Amino acid sequence: MTVSLPYALAVWRRNASMYARTWKLNLLPNFFEPVFYLMAIGVGVGAYIDQMGGMSYVEFLAPGLICVAAMNGASFEVTYNIYVRMEFENVYDAMLTTPCQPTDVLAGEILWAVTRATIYGGTFYLVVALYGLAPLPGSLLALFVVPLTGLLFAMIGVASTLRVPTMDFFSFYFTLFLTPLFLFSDVFFPIEERLGGAWLIVAEALPLLHPVRLARACFAGDLGWVSLWDLVYVCGLSFGLFVWVRGAIGRRLTS
Amino acid sequence: MTLRGVTKRFGERLAVDGVDLDVPAGSCFGLLGPNGAGKTTTLRMVYGVTRPTGGEVQVFGIDVSREPRTVRARLGVTLQENALIEPLSPEDNLRIFGRYHLLAEPELGRRVEDLMSFLELESHAGVPVRNLSGGYQRRLSIAMSLMNRPELLILDEPTTGLDPAVRQALWARIRELQSNGTTILLTTHYMDEAERLCDRVAVFAEGRVESQGAPRELIERHLAAEALEVECDAAGERVVLDGNEVRRMRAGNRLIVYVDDAAPFLERAHRIGSARPIVRPTNLEDVFLAITGTRIEEADQ
Ligand SMILES: Nc1ncnc2c1ncn2[C@@H]1O[C@H](COP(=O)(O)OP(=O)(O)OP(=O)(O)O)[C@@H](O)[C@H]1O
Ligand SMILES: [Mg+2]
Repeated sequence: MTVSLPYALAVWRRNASMYARTWKLNLLPNFFEPVFYLMAIGVGVGAYIDQMGGMSYVEFLAPGLICVAAMNGASFEVTYNIYVRMEFENVYDAMLTTPCQPTDVLAGEILWAVTRATIYGGTFYLVVALYGLAPLPGSLLALFVVPLTGLLFAMIGVASTLRVPTMDFFSFYFTLFLTPLFLFSDVFFPIEERLGGAWLIVAEALPLLHPVRLARACFAGDLGWVSLWDLVYVCGLSFGLFVWVRGAIGRRLTS
Repeated sequence: MTLRGVTKRFGERLAVDGVDLDVPAGSCFGLLGPNGAGKTTTLRMVYGVTRPTGGEVQVFGIDVSREPRTVRARLGVTLQENALIEPLSPEDNLRIFGRYHLLAEPELGRRVEDLMSFLELESHAGVPVRNLSGGYQRRLSIAMSLMNRPELLILDEPTTGLDPAVRQALWARIRELQSNGTTILLTTHYMDEAERLCDRVAVFAEGRVESQGAPRELIERHLAAEALEVECDAAGERVVLDGNEVRRMRAGNRLIVYVDDAAPFLERAHRIGSARPIVRPTNLEDVFLAITGTRIEEADQ
């Protein structure tokens, strides 16, 4: 069954109008979070670090944190929120009484998660730019990395949501999966300088590593073959997961 | 709408077992049956959200599993459990739901307004749904299922848990829709509701249709015209029956006897001094119990 964009947009719009009702409350934390990170770690810890990866520490940190913001924005949406809509609020049962199909519901939810990620990552970028840490025009390219990061983590999250037996498992997802990714994906230190040999290849499996490296390359203005590999990884894994999830959500919603 | 040999299996469990139904356009059809009999599962197969394990479902002459979008564009469903957005008002709920049918302004606004007035929701237009009474929430659910002006309206227990006034009001709306040509398919646990609204009913038990027909027809087919209810023990029962082999049912102390002429039985009931004997016409509830409630009967005999 193919996706119908108008129906997917109707699903997207439901979430968007719920978000819009309280947008000020929703948006405010997105501004404070980056400020705290840049101050405490970028400026605070950074004062004790001469340079990292050939730049000042706060410059090193900024692109990675933008991707983390996008990752978090998408992840909450497709885990807790989708689970609640599916299991407790019967939202999808109601949608499926209309011509909307499970694939449309999936596409609308993914689109919304990407939107949410873009809002998170976009505000973070704005704060970074206000700090004077976003070189133009290169860093503008990183704005395309934000929705891609959202897409990747939306797909990983939905795939997990369709497999968890209860909502409690999401705490594992966040503390045992997303937190280590956050800490070990090139955000705080260049991972290739810490790892040797075969471990370097293993590290390439980390999903957050690729958007972070890509965003940093955009900021530094030195896109290369590695950037192409990062792009292929993000798009390829997202697409592969979409194919699997499309089948799984059909089975879940239309038993 | 036609179902032919429709079966649904969940693992080991056969939830619907070889169901055949015909619902002519413009009629009102009721699915009756105890909890877990397979009514909701049958409805879900009609609108194509549950895929039958076997058999065929045709709605508007279209195979639902082939063209679910086309079929669902022409029908509306009120789910057994309300699926409303609690913090939003009825008006906003209707608006969001209308978009799933790809309705846009100004048509969307017109329909929302019409439905608010049709189901008498205007007085509560701006109240968050979570603050509405069960009756108003149910009205809203029904309004949502009418958003696309459906030719077939599916109502899963539309009036369960509602007060008599609300039920009367909703019955009036359902009748009005039917008189305007809408086909109605509903489930209910209220036999008075089924008798009042339905042209035909099907009684489900454990996934099978045990009996179907017009309510009057079912009553005549299964039971005698009058029902006598008396309170008595086994000895009293022998006196009341006086050797007649008649259909009867027992729940605890209460005995119901189905006969064409209850007068002689009533007289004998008075003779044994039975408390509060009642004679009334046999109704659909008796048929329901006769078909599905055999366990009580057997246990007490
Ligand atoms: N998704 C499912 N997975 C497994 N079993 C199911 C599923 N849906 C329904 N069943 C089972 O199928 C049977 C029929 O359920 P159904 O909901 O159709 O009954 P019902 O007649 O609507 O009952 P009620 O009057 O309580 O609403 C029940 O035994 C139920 O437990
Ligand atoms: Mg049911």
